[in-house]
Order: sequence, then structure tokens, then C-alpha cells
Amino acid sequence: MSTTLRGLDRSTVSFGPLLEQKLKGRVTVEERPGFDIPTLVTDAGTLKEAALFLRDDPAAAYDLFLDLASVDRSKLPGHVEGGPGGRFQANYILYSTKRNEHLRLRVNLPEKDPAAPSLTGVWPAANWFEREAWDLMGIRFDGHPNLQRLLTHNGFVGHALRKDYDKGQRWLCTEEDLLQTELAAKTDDPADMFETMTLNFGPSHPTTHGTLRIVMRVDGERIVAAESECGYLHRCFEKMSETHTWVQVIPYTDRLNYCSPMINGNGYALAVEKMLGIDVPQRAKAARTVLNEFSRIMDHLVCIGANLVDLGALTNFWYAFQPREEIYGLLEACCGARLTSSYARIGGLAKDLPENFVEWSRSLLPTIRDRVADVDGLITKNKIAWKRLRGTGVVTKEQALAWGFTGPCLRASGVAYDVRKDNPYEMYGDVDFDVPIATEGDNFARYIVRIEEIRQSMRIIEQILAKFPKGPINSDDYRVILPPKEMVYNEMEGLIYHFKLVFEGVKVPAGEIYSYTEGANGELGFSLVSDGSGFPYRVKVRPPCFPLFAAYEKIIKGGMVSDAVATLGLLNIIAGELDR
Amino acid sequence: MKTPLPSLSVRNAVPGRIEPPLGPGMPSTSGADFLTTKLDVAVQWAQSNSLWPMPFGTACCAIEFMSVVSSHYDLARFGAEVVRFSPRQADLLIVAGTVVDKLAPVLKKVYDQMAEPKWVISMGVCASTGGFYRAYHVVQGIDEIVPVDVYVAGCPPTPENLIHGIMELQKMIQSGDLARHRASRTFVPIRVGTDPDLSIPAYSDGVMAHTAGKKELPSIGETAESELGASARTAAGDGNR
Repeated sequence: MSTTLRGLDRSTVSFGPLLEQKLKGRVTVEERPGFDIPTLVTDAGTLKEAALFLRDDPAAAYDLFLDLASVDRSKLPGHVEGGPGGRFQANYILYSTKRNEHLRLRVNLPEKDPAAPSLTGVWPAANWFEREAWDLMGIRFDGHPNLQRLLTHNGFVGHALRKDYDKGQRWLCTEEDLLQTELAAKTDDPADMFETMTLNFGPSHPTTHGTLRIVMRVDGERIVAAESECGYLHRCFEKMSETHTWVQVIPYTDRLNYCSPMINGNGYALAVEKMLGIDVPQRAKAARTVLNEFSRIMDHLVCIGANLVDLGALTNFWYAFQPREEIYGLLEACCGARLTSSYARIGGLAKDLPENFVEWSRSLLPTIRDRVADVDGLITKNKIAWKRLRGTGVVTKEQALAWGFTGPCLRASGVAYDVRKDNPYEMYGDVDFDVPIATEGDNFARYIVRIEEIRQSMRIIEQILAKFPKGPINSDDYRVILPPKEMVYNEMEGLIYHFKLVFEGVKVPAGEIYSYTEGANGELGFSLVSDGSGFPYRVKVRPPCFPLFAAYEKIIKGGMVSDAVATLGLLNIIAGELDR
Repeated sequence: MKTPLPSLSVRNAVPGRIEPPLGPGMPSTSGADFLTTKLDVAVQWAQSNSLWPMPFGTACCAIEFMSVVSSHYDLARFGAEVVRFSPRQADLLIVAGTVVDKLAPVLKKVYDQMAEPKWVISMGVCASTGGFYRAYHVVQGIDEIVPVDVYVAGCPPTPENLIHGIMELQKMIQSGDLARHRASRTFVPIRVGTDPDLSIPAYSDGVMAHTAGKKELPSIGETAESELGASARTAAGDGNR
């Protein structure tokens, strides 16, 4: 990478002088290109001190731990084995809700026994992220309460995201390799006069809507302790991305959050576009925004509809799924697929919108409005719904921040952080919409925030449709977009572009980025590293569900089993995104 | 299809009027209260039209499965809407979505818990072949673990495609061929929406056939155990556990 380390640059981080004063010379600011977030570099010895400063000092106030992106640099050009900088990197992505600023805190780790102090004591959200980095990259975190494999099974050997790990190397998993009765043993209290029992919940259970697993210790109906586990849908998105070209990654992104695939594709394309320094035409931006919002509506409808089935209100499921089917019709007309659209492209969209896109989109809104009103009328003032949802699964504002929540779940706890509002991308800066928040932090708050978000999404769609731009859908930058056929047939240059793009793919200049968008469940971040070849060197997704599910075991503790079901549904854990 | 429907033989038929039998074992005096058929045919006819699916939904395909059972596509039209999440109450296992190594023992267990007769539909390319996840943690087709009757192609399959798969299965159940093939182990699964010449043999004797370092699917006749012995857990990576 062509970045250089320099002394403190006051323009990059506002609290620079203070940092210099506190941690003299042990933390440096790395010069980053404009599209990336500010980056501090430190060493493993100073990490904890620096983290505490960044969290506690009012000038920094990084209260939200977003992601831990690890990189194995051994195959990067210019990397010297055993040289300075080390083989591994741990990049902590932080966010300050007070100052609306992202930060990357980078630690370089040596090849032999890469170890860093655990930051679980500073930001509890770091817990699962560190386990994941241990599992897939083999970075040890000293002082971590439970440094075990998370995404792969216990029979797995090696660390899959290291560059010397063969992407197809599988390991036999037997039943013994799954988490069994550790929890039962751990919580077995001989002084307990009442009998408690262990209850296994998932991974094939209807209310998990996927493949999540929770082992609970229950006293009657009350949950004494719980341990959640994921990885039952770890299908190696990040490793697969490294073996495909930049554009070929897009179909994989569709399958992250498969309830709202357009949003993922857009987030990824946006990240790559920023690295390439290209801008897409207004029409593409408008189309992406509209389709994003339709996807968000679908996602919220699945969340609400499917969760209400678990609560015994089946009717809402039929109401919620009908507008989804109609939106699917629109998506199918755009890209040919209902669910996994692969519609986003670097530099625009796969093809132009159907001719009647604007009218079609507009015609969908009344159905959505009616069906949402139906659900709203059945549930929002329903006594049973109130009893099931109010006061259950409460997450306070402080807890939500500490556990790394983003999206509707964070907003339901009273923090108005929405990437669309705070760091607008595509056309979100040009439209007027509100960010609904609730302060209770319970299941009902999460439900009502989602219902309101559907309405706000419709507002966004209406505004953009009213002035839908005409013109080309794709960028005319032929480094990323195939030139038109006439140009290929008639001009030498066009033929060269075509040839290069088909044979070599998009070439992203060497560099690194953390780019973030608002997914249906929260901040969807992409940490991308390019080595200048036609393939991504490292793709790390910041899945919004991951910290939500990590905190789940803490939320349900002390509550009833039936409330745990309601909580799980309204946190809206999507396994594809959670496990990648 | 030449499957005979149960033939109806009516005695003393009075149009529009059906009277119940007078008591257990006693024939009715009038009306269509019995029919003659082969037991197998009647049973197969009933089974094929009242499939109770257990959706083993893991990923994107599960969302499409939800579409299939919800109002628009309405699987109830095919008698298969009684979705049961307990394997003991279901006779059709629909594996919808990617199955990864960590989930493989769970799928095997769920299949084993189902009572005979039971059928398996592999919904989507991930369940059928691993799809485009040729990766270190993904089962390359659930037929490594459980026998599959119908493969439904698509990523994910459209609801129509899954319904097609269910109808194909219904035909197979009704014809009785499936049961006979099962007994004689000459079973060849059908594929919906793909070239039948590309079928991969499906039976792996219920043993988890995938082993460490294995790159291809097993061919017929190869036993899983011999493979297990040959390349059990070779050291890869750096050996850190």
C-alpha cells in the first residue's frame, strides 16, 4: 500500500494534539486518501490505553464499536516476510454518535503468534468480533473471556482466511464438534434448590427463521442463563470474494441479507466506486435509492410478518407478504430475478430500468400503505400484542451502544443514528425524511420503529419518483463499464476497453477503504483491501446482525422463553448476513 | 401418466344421497360408502396428496419457500400446506438453502428422526450441489448426507419451480416406483429444471461421505468409509486448533 506513516496531522483527527499529549509518540496518524476514514496506528502494547482514551475522552467519544477487520498482508505486493509492519493487521472500526465520525484504529501484528489485548472490557461489542478474528485469521486476543471458534466448527483445523489456507479445504464435522452441554455444566449450581434444565433451541427451529442456536438454562419458564452460537450458515463469503473478480463478488453480496439484497449490492458497489474515484449518473443514483427503499420495506415486512407468526398472529403474515410479491414483480422486471437480483454494478446498474419503472413503482405504494395499515390496525393497539411486546427484551440506550447496535434496534433504544441521514449517499441527501426513534428499547419499540420506517421509505420513494432523472444509467468510465457495442465494433479504443474488461475485469487501484451504508438492520460496512490486481485482496463485511445476535443472550437473560422468541424475531437476525 | 386412480364401485346408488353405515363393520344400505382398489394405490394416492413438509430452511431459499406457502402461491392447492417443524410429524423434508459443514450433523439427525415413508426435496443449487459456494465450510450437495428424491434448480428457485418439484414428487409417490426403487436401491433422483444427463448419483448410505480434503463428490459404489480411512484429517493450514 502506498500510504506513509507520518507524525500527527491535526487536520485528520480533531483530537490530535490531545492524543499526542496523552500517548506521546505511541499512536500515529496514517495518511489516508479522501474517500477513506481517518486512521490511527498503534502497537499491541498501547492498544488498550488508546482504546480507553478514544472511548472516554470527550474530544474523541467513540462510543460505538462497529467492526474488527483483520488482514493477512503476506501476499500484498511489497510485503517482506518478517519485515516491519508484521504479517497481520487488526483494524478496529469505531464510530462516535456524538461527533458523527468514523475512525479506524489499526494494530500491526507479527507473523509468529499474533496477539493483541482484548478490547471486550472497553467495548463489550468486541467480544464476538474478536472470536471471529481468532477463528478465521488466527489472531489471539489476550484476556478474552471465551476465545473459541465461532463461525467454523470445532473440528476445523487452521484459520481459513489466512492467505495460505486452501479455499476448498473442508473438515469433517461430527455431532461432538457442536456446542453441547458446556453451558449446563457451567450454570449448574449445587446450592440451587430448584431444578433447572438445559433447553436447546435451534439450529433447526421455526422461530429462528434460519440457523441460529441458543442453549438456555431454564428454571421453569424463566431463562437463568443462555449462550447463543452462530456459524450454521457460514458459507465463506469473504474467502469466496478473494477468488473472484470485483464484479463477480456482487452475486455473493446479494446473499448476505437475502431479505433486502439490493441494499447489499449497492453498499458494495459504492465502496468500490469510491476506491476507483468514479461517480455514477443521477439516474442510477435515483434508481438505487428507490430500489434500496423498496428492499428496506420488504425486509421490514418479512421481519414483522414472520415475527407475528411466532406470536400467534398468522393473519399478518399473509398481509405482509402480499405487497412483497408485488415488489418482487418490479424487481423481476428490472433484473430478471425475484430475490437475488445481482442488479448493482460498479459504475451503475446491470441494465436500464424498465420503461414504466416510475409508474410501476408508484402503483405499488397504495398496496403497501393499505397492507401496512392493516397490520398496524391489527397489532399496534392490540392488547395481546402489547402484553407480548411491551416491556420485553428491553435494551437501554447505554446497552445498545455498548453492544454495538445500529439500525432500527439502536433507534428503538433512543439513538437517532441513521447513515442515510448522518452521512448521506446516493440521493438520500436530496430527499426529506424523518428518522423514527423510540426510547423504550423494548420489542414494541422495535416493532413500531420498523412500521414507521416503512412509511418514511415510501416518502423517500415518492419524492424521488416525482423528479426521476433521465439520461444514461451507467457511468461512461470504460475502465469499469463495458463500452457500447457500436464503439467496440468501430473504434480501436472501444475494442481495447471491452477486451480488457472482459478478460481482466475491473482493476481497482491498490488501497483500502471502509465504506458504509444503511442496511435494513443497521450499518452495513465494507472493509475492502485491493492489491491492484483484478481480484479483491480482502473483503470484510460489517454485518449489522452480528452484534445484535451477540447481545441476544444478554437480553433474554431473566426473561421468559416465550419473550425470547419475540425478541429474536424483532432483532431480525438474518443468518446469511450474520454468518456470511 | 398411467397411474390408475382408485376405481369407484357404487352399490344401490341413489343420486345425491349418501348414508352412513349402520354400525362398525356393517355395510351401508345405500350410497357410495366403499370402493375397490389395491391397498398400495390407495395409500400412495393419499400420501401424495397430503404431504406434510418440514422446511429445513437455512438461507435465501427459505424466504422463497415462505412465498410458496403464503397467500400468492398457496401450496395448499397441492395438499402440502401443513408445514410441520417437527421432523416426527412430517414426511417431506424440504432442504431450502445452503447446508454448511457445521449444520451437516443437524440435517442428518433431522432426517433420521423422520418416520418412514419420507421424501426429500433439495431446493436450490446450494442444497443440490453447493452452488457457487465451492468453499471450505460448505457441503457440496446434501446428497453427501441424506438421499434426495427431487432436486429443484435455481438460486433461489422460483415458487413455480418448487411447485413443479412437488408435483413431480407427487407423481413419483403415486406411481409407487419410488418405494420399489428404494427397496432395491436402484433409485435415481430426478432433477427439475436441469439436464438429466448431469445427474449425480445420490445415495451415500446415510453416512456422511465428505471427508477432510475431499474435492469431488463420491461416485456410485465407492463407500464412504474407505475414503475416510484414506485421507483422514490431513494437516492443513498451520494446525492451530
